[in-house]
Amino acid sequence: MMMDAIIIENAFQEKIDRDLCIEPKDQMPEKYRLHLIRQMSQHAHSEVIGMQPEGNWITRAPSLRSKQILLAKIQDEGGHGLYLYSATETLGISREEMIEQLHSGKAKYANIFNYPSLNWADIGAIGWLVDGAAIVNQVSLQRTSYGPYARAMVRICKEESFHQRQGYEIMANMMKGSTEQKEMAQDAMNRWWWPALMMFGPHDSDSPNSGNAFIWKIKRQSNDVLRQRFIDKTVQQAELIGLTVPDKDLKWNEEKQCYDHGAIDWEEFNRVINGNGPCNKQRMDHHIKYHNEGAWVREAAAAYQKQINEFN
Amino acid sequence: MSTTDTQLDLWEVFIQSRPGSHYTHAGSVHASDNQMALQNARDIYTRRNEGTSIWVVPAKYVTASNPEDAGMFFDPSNDKMYRHPTFYKMPEGAKQI
Repeated sequence: MMMDAIIIENAFQEKIDRDLCIEPKDQMPEKYRLHLIRQMSQHAHSEVIGMQPEGNWITRAPSLRSKQILLAKIQDEGGHGLYLYSATETLGISREEMIEQLHSGKAKYANIFNYPSLNWADIGAIGWLVDGAAIVNQVSLQRTSYGPYARAMVRICKEESFHQRQGYEIMANMMKGSTEQKEMAQDAMNRWWWPALMMFGPHDSDSPNSGNAFIWKIKRQSNDVLRQRFIDKTVQQAELIGLTVPDKDLKWNEEKQCYDHGAIDWEEFNRVINGNGPCNKQRMDHHIKYHNEGAWVREAAAAYQKQINEFN
Repeated sequence: MSTTDTQLDLWEVFIQSRPGSHYTHAGSVHASDNQMALQNARDIYTRRNEGTSIWVVPAKYVTASNPEDAGMFFDPSNDKMYRHPTFYKMPEGAKQI
């Protein structure tokens, strides 16, 4: 390593160790910058791709109230994507490049959105479980070391609790309904529970990107710690409305004061993340199609801007 | 930015949360002109009554101080404690000062 790079890295780590935020113009090691671009752009893409399974139900929402709520929630997700794209751009990558990386498959998005939303109960399960798991992760990220990322997380967390509550309300209402409605809610729970647990990523013993992430304080809490927190919060909520958590090995551990859970099927996780989930192709085709079909809007805006500049 | 970039210009967004308060940086938006920037800022940063007023500024016109020069740049204020009211010794018993 060059002498300059060592000096920069030492000054950087000293700041991190004192719990100071890193800001866009601060010097930072190239590996820190690239780690953040990878993580933050993936986070932004997840917000945007996550609009698709919910958008699927806007026209079929069971009431005007639920349609308005769902529209507002999906608009929030788009907003969250935009906060995060902007924050990522401060690291020197353009929005254009990020979208190219999404379309080429170089950049990933949350694996959970490769599962389909089959019926209205899925909208409840997504809000309650998927947003619920995302909140646990995002609350922890409010203290991440990169200033623009941390600030985006604060804003996002304020908005996410509405998402989780609207999902839980849907599930609670269905569990008060007919036998068929209760079965639909339980079926959605069965399908979304395990993918929600997988959202926290591999076990700590098998987590390839965590070492530096902890040293640089990008990550403050481990995958398993966050997953455990989500399980411990959610089991009570399920029991309260009469839903069964689809894990026969789930039981309260009196000694550790938390739930023990069954084995997660990481083979399924790897199969889906590598492109073979039920909706991978559909999600990406949809994004590419509407990105390309929207090109004329961007061209018109650019032409209008050019015209304004000529007359000023 | 490459010449083929189609993602429009970057604008910085400042929001006043209630009349009389400071404008605070909220984040950024992309837009081709000032009207679009204002509308995008409204839609992205004030969906829950977070603002009563918005400023948008093209990011290219923001000049920022350099973090590495911060020590030297802000140095002139370090040795002028007499700018603070606590610097002065008040006579015993003086009230309301």
